[in-house]
Amino acid sequence: MDAIILQVLNGLDKGSAYALIALGLTLIFGTLGVVNFAHGAIFMLGAFCAVTLQRILSLSYTVVDETRTDFLGNPLKVDVPYVEGWFGEATGQAIIEWSVPLAILFAIPVMLLIGFIMERGLIKHFYKRPHADQILVTFGLAIVLQELIKYFFGANPIPTPAPDAFTGSFDFGAMIGFAENAIIYPYWRMIYFVFALVIIGAVFAFLQFTTFGMVVRAGMADRETVGMLGINIDRKFTIMFGIAAAVAGLAGVMYTPINSPNYHMGMDFLVLSFVVVVVGGMGSLPGAVLAGFMLGILEAFASMNWIKDILPGIDQIIIYLVAIVILLTRPRGLMGRKGVMEE
Amino acid sequence: MSKTNLTRRGVLRTGAATGAGLALPTIFTSAASAFTNAPGDSEVTLGFNVPQTGPYADEGADELRAYELAVEHLNGGGDGGMLSTFSSKALDGTGILGREVKYVTGDTQTKSDAARASAKSMIEKDGAIMITGGSSSGVAIAVQGLCQEAGVIFMAGLTHSNDTTGKDKKANGFRHFFNAYMSGAALAPVLAQRYGKDRKAYHLTADYTWGWTQEESIVSATEALGWETVNTVKTPLAATDFSSYIAPVLNSGADVLVLNHYGGNMVNSLTNAVQFGLREKQVNGKNFEIVVPLYSRLMARGAGENVKGILGSTNWHWSLQDEGSQAFVRSFGTKYGFPPSQAAHTCYVQTLLYADAVTRAGSFNPCAVAEALEGYEFDGLGNGPTLYRAADHQCFKDVLVVQGKENPQSEFDLLEVVEVTPAEQVTYEPDHPMFDGGNLGECNPGA
Amino acid sequence: MFGLSKKDTTFLLIVCFLTLATPILLQPFPEGSAGATFNAGYPDLMQRFAIFGIFAIGFNILFGLTGYLSFGHAAFLGVGSYSVVWMYKLLDYNVIPGLLLAIVTSAIFALAIGYVSLRRTGIYFSILTLAFAQMSFNLAYSVLTPLTNGETGLQVYTDDPQILMGENSPTSPHLFGLVMRDSVQIDIGGWLFTFNIGYYFCAVIAILAFYLSLRIFRSPFGMMLRAIKTNQTRLNYTGLNSRPYTLAAFVISGMYAGLAGGLMAAMDPLAGAERMQWTASGEVVLMTILGGAGTLMGPILGAGFIKYFENIFSKINDNMLHQWFGWMPDGMEDALIFISHFFVGKSWHLTLGLLFMLVVIFLPGGLVEGGQRIARWVRGRRKKGSGDDPEHHPKPAPHVAE
Repeated sequence: MDAIILQVLNGLDKGSAYALIALGLTLIFGTLGVVNFAHGAIFMLGAFCAVTLQRILSLSYTVVDETRTDFLGNPLKVDVPYVEGWFGEATGQAIIEWSVPLAILFAIPVMLLIGFIMERGLIKHFYKRPHADQILVTFGLAIVLQELIKYFFGANPIPTPAPDAFTGSFDFGAMIGFAENAIIYPYWRMIYFVFALVIIGAVFAFLQFTTFGMVVRAGMADRETVGMLGINIDRKFTIMFGIAAAVAGLAGVMYTPINSPNYHMGMDFLVLSFVVVVVGGMGSLPGAVLAGFMLGILEAFASMNWIKDILPGIDQIIIYLVAIVILLTRPRGLMGRKGVMEE
Repeated sequence: MSKTNLTRRGVLRTGAATGAGLALPTIFTSAASAFTNAPGDSEVTLGFNVPQTGPYADEGADELRAYELAVEHLNGGGDGGMLSTFSSKALDGTGILGREVKYVTGDTQTKSDAARASAKSMIEKDGAIMITGGSSSGVAIAVQGLCQEAGVIFMAGLTHSNDTTGKDKKANGFRHFFNAYMSGAALAPVLAQRYGKDRKAYHLTADYTWGWTQEESIVSATEALGWETVNTVKTPLAATDFSSYIAPVLNSGADVLVLNHYGGNMVNSLTNAVQFGLREKQVNGKNFEIVVPLYSRLMARGAGENVKGILGSTNWHWSLQDEGSQAFVRSFGTKYGFPPSQAAHTCYVQTLLYADAVTRAGSFNPCAVAEALEGYEFDGLGNGPTLYRAADHQCFKDVLVVQGKENPQSEFDLLEVVEVTPAEQVTYEPDHPMFDGGNLGECNPGA
Repeated sequence: MFGLSKKDTTFLLIVCFLTLATPILLQPFPEGSAGATFNAGYPDLMQRFAIFGIFAIGFNILFGLTGYLSFGHAAFLGVGSYSVVWMYKLLDYNVIPGLLLAIVTSAIFALAIGYVSLRRTGIYFSILTLAFAQMSFNLAYSVLTPLTNGETGLQVYTDDPQILMGENSPTSPHLFGLVMRDSVQIDIGGWLFTFNIGYYFCAVIAILAFYLSLRIFRSPFGMMLRAIKTNQTRLNYTGLNSRPYTLAAFVISGMYAGLAGGLMAAMDPLAGAERMQWTASGEVVLMTILGGAGTLMGPILGAGFIKYFENIFSKINDNMLHQWFGWMPDGMEDALIFISHFFVGKSWHLTLGLLFMLVVIFLPGGLVEGGQRIARWVRGRRKKGSGDDPEHHPKPAPHVAE
């Protein structure tokens, strides 16, 4: 029992990341009808927003420390971040330490802007083009974004720790009456899960309860009619693209303390999040979220030792296996509509 | 390749005869010389095959820097680096056998296919006489096989799997880097001394050949000293999040976690393990410990604070105080502004060793070079006295046991050397079970 | 001739000529000149052009004709390679048994995967094929290591049975004694041409493969496939069951992929698992779309384009840049080298990504459309010269495409 709860918890944070990326993908597909292969790259850009903010906050001036030497035997040059100079060492370090949560504020405008630029500059011209062209051009864009990041930040992962207050873990098992150390769960993963729920809730509420959201939902259902009603649907869709980019970007920002970001993290998530979207059903927002969490949890279960003992290698293929079974039993995924992306 | 299956001999003869009858006269490339890509009188071309794209691109870039430095030194430029500390004085800064050293580069992409393609292009198109580099065992073994077939020398870069000089060893391939067995043999005594002999270990292992050889090596070395292995769990290579593998560790009764991961896998699994608070826990009345048998300083940076105090092994580290290491760090640091990685070191040394062997042999012929390298003993290249063993083309030298530094002085100052394990302690017989099954075969000069 | 219309015969002959003359055409720069870096006439790359050409031609039979976008074709490539290497290990280095086995096993795999995947259409089909291929890759890399040798790649060891191996048999892949690796080099006034046996073996097979695909394109079967692409629902209403046709197309293209994979191992006796990864499947999709999906020549152009970048641009290093720009004033040299860093050597992916985008944005029909536009432009100018009114002429039938 404790092992099962443990793996459900472990599935939740991975599922959160899948769900957030898949949500954005579905938003873009549902509203704009575009298959966006650059969405993984947007997730990665979000993560590098956190890295960039960390770099900005720790911009430093150099002080030469004569008492110590560097690896060549010259006097050691010590970098002192400006923020430490301005606010004193303790406050300065605290600010740098909190760079990941602060990056949320930083990433929202940046990602919205990136989303707008992408939509206006590129995606807009591809609404009426075949899906294959959309895939190719966004895939090309993903490569370009990824290589640019690699050029400036290198290929190795970059550590972006969470603030000290949130590192470490708590004994969830002991709280609900299991043995000590049976169910350990890190704070930050809990935060990530809650954060994901908030974002998902916010997106759904936005679509459900605002006029803007109503128009967008109407546009998803029947774009032409909404256009004929005299509503400038294009503008709304641009904003929708920006929001989808921001959702993926925030998912990236918050993911950085879990795993150090590197330039190809987007590609690692891209294929899986497409599987998630399709399993959920193309164009279905609840389907994407549901499938995200479901696959995350199943993946965690498949890595349990006794399951691996029975079926060696199952953890390598579980997601694909589940995708095949679901697509064969439910032709349009869990909650897909008829006629979407079937031609 | 002779077969002695007598019952089939008749069939074989006929087959061979038919084959010979059909064979048209074939003209070999550069038929004039006795071996592949014999260099002209003024220049010789070396092929540097390193990962320039993909997850190991930063290590590849560092290897390339080391190669450029080595070429500079061989051609008499710069401060000469380790040429002056190298025990052999055959190299004098006038290139190799009086020929100026040129080089071509390729991208392995850390895929065996791409690595072979780029090595082939360097051999076929650019006339490279020697191929070197790489940052993974899969690539090293694949390229080593290619060089054997093509008849050029392969000087392996960073490759740690036992197989490279074990079951996949080749007469044309040489490895300076240490291997998984050596990591185990060097690390185990230090682990026993630090953490006690009564420990229960839990292994997480990257699910491919390198991971398996390392797991096997560490398990056998630690068990010999009294440790118990609670469980060994394979993790998918593509995994980016290891939480579901790490979470059950605490409840398994183990008090040590061994991470047989490298590169991005290592960074993520270590980060996850620390996130789950493993290092703050007490199990069986002891502090829970994490071990990373193969350290890469470049990658360790990605794990940030998490590496502090964690034991592992490494081939070389820039903080070593011997003359050779210092000379190398000085010229590398002066040229590029930061200290070299272990990958850079092994690549630099391999280039020098190759050039030296050619000079001593007086010929670029791969067979002559191989003969000069086999059984060669040298010193002054940063690892103390070293032997290139003839039986398997593996270098035997001291192994460094290192630990994540508690108070790093700079962003490069991540590891500190805990112990230098002498070469005798990590030496094994060529027919050791972990290395058995391979066959060097005959040296192939190509052409 | 060959059961083709006159136009197609000419087309086929042009393709034959281009393929056979590749070793000369791809060596435009003399040895030792600054441009020699851009020469592509060396065996390995030429073999790759032919092999990936075959792969893309086969993929195009499925995608170009029926519109079914498979994201799992690399699995068949891998299966083909493993088959050939296993034949080396069991019999000897002759490539023929291996290639036959490669075609058979990939057909079986394609039949199984196709039978299941073709129950769905559109993106659901794509994801199903992707899932099968990724499963094959992940298992080949780890659990199936005894069969595939995992990360290292399957290769021949001296203690393998090789029961047909004779005293004098070649110890590398050969066709009844013709060793694939052997070449003839001819030096003409500084230009070095390499005629490699392996390349010509691939080239002949590639021409046969191309001929077969030409016949399929022109056959009633090909018409049927096109009908499926145009409107499958309507086709079904006429009482036709389209499934057998799509399945046949899937299996044929799977066999092409298996053959290509087999040839890869025939040129280089090693089969690496990453041949089956989704990126490899994606690569053939890119090749086909980049060249022009549904056209005969497009996929081959696309394959050549991508492989050229992968192999040539990645090899440009600082040293060469300094040589090329060395004659310029210092500041300008440094600036140019700095800019070049974004595009060559370790950044060749960036160039490739940018080119994808440019081609897709400006040439929706792929490179073939680019060629047609140029041809039309040239023809337009000539016509203008002769005083014809282009408006009142029937549209020139696309020659290469269709």
